[in-house]
Amino acid sequence: MSRYTSATPDDRAEMLAAIGVDSVAELFAQIPAELRLDHELRLPAGKSEAEVYELLAALAERNADAESEVSFLGAGMYDHYVPAIVDAITGRSEFLTPYTPYQPEISQGGLQVMFEFQTAMSELTGLPVSNAGLYEGPSSVASAGYLAIGATGRRRFVVSRGLHPHSRETLATYSRGFGAEVVEVGLEGGLTDAAALAAAVDGETAAVILQSPNFLGSVEDVEALGAAAKEHGALLVVACDPMTLGVLKPPGACGADIALGEGQPLGNRLDFGGPSFGFFCATEEQIRRMPGRIAGETEDVDGRRGFVLALQTREQHIRREKATNNICTAQALNALGAMVHLAWLGREGFRELGELLVRRTAYARERLAAVEGISLLHEAPVAREFALRLEAPVGAVLDRVAERGIAAGYPLGHEYPEYEDGLLVAITERRSAQQIDALAEALCAAIAAENGAFLSHSEKNAPEEVAR
Amino acid sequence: MTMVETPMQRERAQTIYEKSKPGRRAAVLPDAGVPATPLEELIPAKLLRSEPPALPEIAEPEIVRHYNRLSRRNFDLDTGFYPLGSCTMKHNPRLNERVAALPGHARLHPAQDPRRAQGALELMWLLQESLAEICGLPHVSLQPSAGSHGELAGLLLTRAYHADRGEVRHKVLAPDTSHGTNPASVAMAGYDVIKVATDERGGVEMDDLRAKLAANPDDVACLMLTNPNTLGLFDENIGEIARLIHAAGGTLYYDGANLNAVMGHSRPGDMGFDIVHVNLHKSFSQPHGGGGPGAGPIAVSERIEPYLPRPQVVRREGSNGHRPRFDLDFERPKSIGRLRGFQGNFGVFVRSYAYILSLGADGLAEASETAVLNANYLKARLAEGRAGERLPVAFDRHCMHEFVLSGKPMKRELGLATLDLAKRLLDFGFHPPTVYFPLLVDEALMIEPTETETKESLDAFADAVERILAEAESDPEVAKSAPYTTPVRRLDEVRATRRPVVRQPLADAADG
Repeated sequence: MSRYTSATPDDRAEMLAAIGVDSVAELFAQIPAELRLDHELRLPAGKSEAEVYELLAALAERNADAESEVSFLGAGMYDHYVPAIVDAITGRSEFLTPYTPYQPEISQGGLQVMFEFQTAMSELTGLPVSNAGLYEGPSSVASAGYLAIGATGRRRFVVSRGLHPHSRETLATYSRGFGAEVVEVGLEGGLTDAAALAAAVDGETAAVILQSPNFLGSVEDVEALGAAAKEHGALLVVACDPMTLGVLKPPGACGADIALGEGQPLGNRLDFGGPSFGFFCATEEQIRRMPGRIAGETEDVDGRRGFVLALQTREQHIRREKATNNICTAQALNALGAMVHLAWLGREGFRELGELLVRRTAYARERLAAVEGISLLHEAPVAREFALRLEAPVGAVLDRVAERGIAAGYPLGHEYPEYEDGLLVAITERRSAQQIDALAEALCAAIAAENGAFLSHSEKNAPEEVAR
Repeated sequence: MTMVETPMQRERAQTIYEKSKPGRRAAVLPDAGVPATPLEELIPAKLLRSEPPALPEIAEPEIVRHYNRLSRRNFDLDTGFYPLGSCTMKHNPRLNERVAALPGHARLHPAQDPRRAQGALELMWLLQESLAEICGLPHVSLQPSAGSHGELAGLLLTRAYHADRGEVRHKVLAPDTSHGTNPASVAMAGYDVIKVATDERGGVEMDDLRAKLAANPDDVACLMLTNPNTLGLFDENIGEIARLIHAAGGTLYYDGANLNAVMGHSRPGDMGFDIVHVNLHKSFSQPHGGGGPGAGPIAVSERIEPYLPRPQVVRREGSNGHRPRFDLDFERPKSIGRLRGFQGNFGVFVRSYAYILSLGADGLAEASETAVLNANYLKARLAEGRAGERLPVAFDRHCMHEFVLSGKPMKRELGLATLDLAKRLLDFGFHPPTVYFPLLVDEALMIEPTETETKESLDAFADAVERILAEAESDPEVAKSAPYTTPVRRLDEVRATRRPVVRQPLADAADG
């Protein structure tokens, strides 16, 4: 039941006659008989639109989303308010349904958006060149690694343990293909261990890869850490959270050769992890090694200003195995969402939002650290996310807080066994001071209950507590 | 030809930065509700920026107007025929947008505890099962973000598979008709690519394949193939190809770009493929978004399964009549690891699963059937009249969902390049086919109409090609200077590469 096709029985008869065959089966005869499926796929039959809606709405109901609970989850993706105009503009057919702009004369809208987006990301990161977008954050880190190999001829990456665990793991996955080695440098007091980093970088290092704010929320001194990279001719790659760049010193001003990151906080939904986009900015020197699409300004034959895909000679459809990367998507629609969000915030709004995040985060950090049974995991400066230690099992506390309709944060123990008692709490403009107070109360009660329950459990061996 | 500027041409491009004026704004932010501590007391001054980024200053009505006007400078699938070969520009059902936007999907945090994201994990598991059935392979990972990402995944899986058997292999075979991403992915995965020739029927040249295998004993890791291939032809020798590759110890990789031809009719797994990527933005109706987002899940055979990316969505049977639980499985010791953050492009999964539910087994088979019917019909129409003479089909046999014409006679006899024909089609309101690909066909035009086009659209396209060729017989200059009616005319692409201007110089913007 393909309701999206139009061929009537009469159409089919006319078309078959024009082709000169009696049936569509004749067209499929080029598939050897033993490879032709002799039964229908074992999938349900097609359904009405109303039925499909109900089925998917029922699945959606079984998720605890940021609309139905108060969410302090972050760890790379954040529950920011996406203004209504983002949905209105990204929902337009003219942006939603075209392919990549291979025919620039009829793709000026999309190409100009890319150009405007590149300008915005270049402004945010303080680097002169931006591409039009990559898949998402962690794989952009791997693409920076590939670029660094091409730029330096070296095959070793020195990465901070403050780099998102997903980025480190993705880089490791890709590096098996690159034939590259990944060396990790640990954290001290929530920040990259500067002495260990300096010791790890040498003349074989292709890139030093940092993140600021790092995974624990700490704002790194990128400039100081980057000195080791400069000294040995390695590229300095900095992953950053775009929402903090209204207040934090841009990576470009800290000596970064490449600044990149997960773009979701800008105009994109949480979507359980995607689709979003990755941004990727670099110095002029790297422009011909950039991955992905880049829009450039030019003129038409009559001298009108126009935009095209520039520097296509880097790309797979021309260069094939010598391409700078295999990526072809620009996540154009997601980047459009980011551009509209940034235009809506504007120069002042973007800075104000950054300030709001820093101040609310400071408030939340102080408020939560004052709770009995909670202490700071580190005291480094933070922008929009911070790490705590709980004096009770983190998983059990999260479950108790969830019963009050609050997702308290991200348990660090999965990715950082050394912080088994750690909790990462993220703040957005949607998390009010009142909600932060409610989180403090909920955590306080949960920790007390958990410790009380643990005592009573030791005494009574209550089976329902063992279940956790 | 005298030219009058159209209204849209008269409206010169102006960026949003050029519409900016200090003091204007759109956003009103909530009160912080906390003390307005100076930032330097919270973060050391040396880590703070002195000037905010020069984002535009503009009120909401003008933002909306700016992007609406820009949107009108795009051609799109909802407006007209878009026969871009190998891109499967089929209708994007709006139901899919509606269900993807439900808060339970759209506002679900990716780090949510799996016990509180059961609906999302079940949806992913159901999509995995559906794709496994469609591909005829038992296991699926949804993680890759695009076709190119799926290719890289497949090659890294191949590497892990051989490494686990103590083998090191260096070569990957790909036909000379392959998509450019194939060799680019091969290089990123650390292999050398070896081209395999195409035979006179448009399939893999079997003698060349045997020769390349013989010349690289125990060194061929993989053969990457699209079937039907980029000529729109099903390779009848696929069974023998699979036997040869497997006998040589390699894996067989299926580039799913052309899966829309065979859904419910033939399955890559049954053809002998070990690894398949599926472009959800092609066969499964995710809108292309002007260049993303998409998704490139992979389906694999049993022997490849241990190496699949981490985490994997799994279903754990409930005991004592409890409903099954869905979870993320990280305990995969042989996994190649992550390819990206979190769980993949979930929003794309919602849309594609809605599409699969809407069509069902019967609808998917009918979609492929109609796609093949439409392609063969358009091929027949273009074999008539002038097109038949000037634009012969590259390989004259029934095609699957797409076909390739050669503009060589048109260029020789009329002086019209394929590019000129493509640009002239813009004036007729059509998106041109894919041009100059595959590389082995001179002046190639690769045409994929998809199943969602009407016979009337196909006829109108064929008529437009006929008119353009007729027009060129009397005056080839018309097409050579086309287009005339688009928001801008032919653009200087060489300049954009030689002297790239890739961002707005904002010092000028303040004055402009």
